[in-house]
Amino acid sequence: MALRTEPIVVNMGPQHPATHGVFRMRVTLDGEVITDLEPVMGYLHRGVEKLAEARTYTQFIPLTDRMDYLSSMSNNLAYVLAVEKLAGVEAPPRAQYLRVIMAEMMRISNHLMAVGTFLDDMGAFHTPLLYMFREREKLLDLFEMVCGQRLTYNYMRIGGLSHDIPPEFLPALKKFVRDMPGFVDEYDQLIRENEIVLARTRGVGVLPRALAINASASGPVLRGSGVKWDLRKTDPYLVYDKLEFDVPTGAVGDIYDRYRVRIEEMRQSVRILEQAIERLPPGEVRSDVPHLVHPPRGEVYGHIEAPKGELGFYLVSDTGIAPYRCHIRPPSLINLTALRDMVLGMKIADAIITLGSIDIVLGEVDR
Amino acid sequence: MTTALSGRDVAQRLSDQFPNMVNLCDGSCLWVKPEAVAEVAKFLRDTPGLDFDYLASLTAVDFWDHFDVVYHLASLQRNHTLVLRCQLPGRQNLALPSVVDVWRGADLQEREAYDMFGIQFTGHPNMKRLLTWEGFPGHPLRKDWL
Repeated sequence: MALRTEPIVVNMGPQHPATHGVFRMRVTLDGEVITDLEPVMGYLHRGVEKLAEARTYTQFIPLTDRMDYLSSMSNNLAYVLAVEKLAGVEAPPRAQYLRVIMAEMMRISNHLMAVGTFLDDMGAFHTPLLYMFREREKLLDLFEMVCGQRLTYNYMRIGGLSHDIPPEFLPALKKFVRDMPGFVDEYDQLIRENEIVLARTRGVGVLPRALAINASASGPVLRGSGVKWDLRKTDPYLVYDKLEFDVPTGAVGDIYDRYRVRIEEMRQSVRILEQAIERLPPGEVRSDVPHLVHPPRGEVYGHIEAPKGELGFYLVSDTGIAPYRCHIRPPSLINLTALRDMVLGMKIADAIITLGSIDIVLGEVDR
Repeated sequence: MTTALSGRDVAQRLSDQFPNMVNLCDGSCLWVKPEAVAEVAKFLRDTPGLDFDYLASLTAVDFWDHFDVVYHLASLQRNHTLVLRCQLPGRQNLALPSVVDVWRGADLQEREAYDMFGIQFTGHPNMKRLLTWEGFPGHPLRKDWL
């Protein structure tokens, strides 16, 4: 007797621990195999772009913190760099180096969370994540030392930083930079050749190189697919062209490659931090920019290599004190474009780790 | 270092292929007529020397009497960028061809532009709202929506 089968539709989310927030995957299943997937989003939509039109350029900085709240400092940076480009001002050298330091600390912190929660999704329940939290805690302490906040920093200003670092910051950061490579090695040793990890991640969730480019993927997702593209190298901003670091890439574009890229990027960020601490010049941290910025009429697209990928701000000015239009190019949202292609024909459990390997934050997907 | 291509230079290369479809080009942008945008996009992607294989960002701007749709293109092979723009006059029945077949990266971004501005991208396989829900009143990023 033939067994009667039919496809079933499962809503994963919006409240589901594996979706990292309020994200819904509408999955069509044939048994355990995924035959279709549609991402559904917007549950955390707050209209940040509309809010920007009703605030001055400076007033919008705290709102950028609340987009990708796991890398707030990078959001601050992308926004102030775009405004500086629009208004034609530049931060003093000390501020530029401090911005690099903050951005790279943020990258390490973000990748710790990304890798930790990704292993959580795979079923290594909370142990690897808490290892990561232990190190991330040290970074959050450093951020707290700098600006009094642990999550939403609001530290960057147009033309520099809100204030200089306190004297106890650099010794603490130097200690962190000394310890971090050892921790990454220790951690990677546990995961890299773990048979379960290899079986679950090798050849799973593959994003081929051509599709990665065509689907506008960026960050570790793009580099995991073997594309050597990092805006810090290809379109250097701040002082990245004076610092030495490598751009790690994957070969196949599977989940394992994206994991490897993130681990390597943490090592490279430590290298950048070492150099930036050594060369940190004395001086002012904020150039003379009025509180109300009146950029000339025009528009600008500024982008940086945020931990999750290309974070861009498209600003249009009508010479007013608020942007006429502020569009945010969110890496988390656009990296989801190819999610369906990555999981078709895979098992349902693979959809969860594929999503985990993309590393999204819903505050940024929905804005 | 990324070089930004001048709209005027690229417009010259396009003028044989697309007579009367390119207008108003200046140093920073390449303006094309909305109805030609998908073909121009394909040309920009496939022509050796231009090789715009990457759509960095797609969005729209409301200028009250018209809307601009703005495409930020990049070439990962040649490390250069170009801003492609289309002007849609009026505030009603706004539509232009979708570029999803050229760059898959436009998929969610065109849906977002439709959701926020009410611009239809014809030929998009799944043209519905992205962030707000079905039945949401109006399009929130329009200047007359409060």
